[in-house]
Amino acid sequence: MLNDDVNEKLTLEVVPEVASTHRFQWEEVQDCHVIMYPEGMVKLGDSSAEILKLCDGKNDVGTIIKLLNQQYPDAQVDNDVIKFLEVAHENGWVKYK
Amino acid sequence: MKTDGSSTNKVNPPLWLLAELTYACPLQCPYCSNPVEMANYKKELSTEDWIRVMREARKMGAVQLGFSGGEPLTRPDLEELIAEARQLGFYTNLITSGIGMDEKRVKGFKEAGLDHIQVSFQASSADLNNFIAGTDAFEHKLEMARAVKKHGYPMVLCFVLHRQNEPYVREILDLAVSLDADYVELATTQYYGWAFHNKEYLIPTREQLANAEIVTKEFQEKLKGKMKIFYVIPDYFEDRPKKCMDGWGAIFLTITPDGLALPCHAARQLPGLELPSVQDHSIDWIWNDSPDFNKFRGLDWMKEPCRTCPEKEKDLGGCRCQAFMLTGDATNADPVCSKSPHHQELVDTVEGIGKIAGTPELEERPILFRNMKNSRKIIKGESESELVK
Repeated sequence: MLNDDVNEKLTLEVVPEVASTHRFQWEEVQDCHVIMYPEGMVKLGDSSAEILKLCDGKNDVGTIIKLLNQQYPDAQVDNDVIKFLEVAHENGWVKYK
Repeated sequence: MKTDGSSTNKVNPPLWLLAELTYACPLQCPYCSNPVEMANYKKELSTEDWIRVMREARKMGAVQLGFSGGEPLTRPDLEELIAEARQLGFYTNLITSGIGMDEKRVKGFKEAGLDHIQVSFQASSADLNNFIAGTDAFEHKLEMARAVKKHGYPMVLCFVLHRQNEPYVREILDLAVSLDADYVELATTQYYGWAFHNKEYLIPTREQLANAEIVTKEFQEKLKGKMKIFYVIPDYFEDRPKKCMDGWGAIFLTITPDGLALPCHAARQLPGLELPSVQDHSIDWIWNDSPDFNKFRGLDWMKEPCRTCPEKEKDLGGCRCQAFMLTGDATNADPVCSKSPHHQELVDTVEGIGKIAGTPELEERPILFRNMKNSRKIIKGESESELVK
């Protein structure tokens, strides 16, 4: 099954990780990051890719938000991170550890 | 966009490389999309050829790679090809019947870097599955599906639907749940190759489709977020065509076992194609400059009713192969479209089959099983009533 934890709520303590059944990589020709899964692929915008890069199974959501706010001091990323991770989780791109 | 093959046109790179490694297959499914003349094409590309094809396609930007066939497991170099593909950065999909695989090989593929295995089933019960497959495959398929999960692959189960198994969609989805599938493809039979010959045996009835749709929706809702179920109504029952392959030469590149490059796996039959071989040309030339890949790119090739149709960019006139098979001219509108002058013939065929479905008159007609013996008979022009299983 794609996600046994589909109903799990996203909190700042959750540790997201790119699902082992998916692959996240940079594509030179497309000039973007992509997430790949059986017979399909989604091209990712820069901000989505920046979030996924931090979904390494070690950082919790709070840490990811903190790191991105440090990296982009002009942006308040809190809500964007939460929103993106909810979508990514629903699509099975990330698992909550 | 021009259609004269000029290399100055900007053509998007291929995203999908379908490597049909072989036409050999231990199964005999009568809905197979391989060409019925497959016995003529027995010389397969070498390992080195395939590696060169993969390198060139990857360099151009191809991301998804499907190992298909026939049955790709019959190639003893499959592990080597997987390892090379993964090293090149492809997302690698193995599209298989499961026959020719054991748990050791499932594990070996994982070590070689295989990303995903799609296992096909012919039905939810051993009897029907084995009848359609022409061999006792069901138990082994179950075993292989479990092995695929055990070794951590995402698992897609594929069921090709037609009149003989369409009534059992509930049982099929129950089976998928019990095997813990991540994705289920309820694939509609596409009437190419062997399937076209067997269409009277395969075309479902409207009642079957309506029921299958209800059952599928029920499971989709019940399993939301757990199992993805893909189900598309067969286009013979629609009044607008599919945007076939997302467009001719748009994202999809098929290489046949003997090395021909095709914009879709059914295009080999179309008259007027030059069928460039990867043994003579680079993938770059084939994709960007070959007359074949430019033949139906864009909109300029269209005739009426497509040419002036406001929906022409949406469906690109449908499927070229279907247009050819059903009207004799690949530049015609796909007769699935109600604007096609040939649409009524298609409706009549489908309704005619619906009227006599289930009666011996229809159900006892001979089935053309997919095997090399039958292929050779077709090539020789022998009558279909003599065809053997």
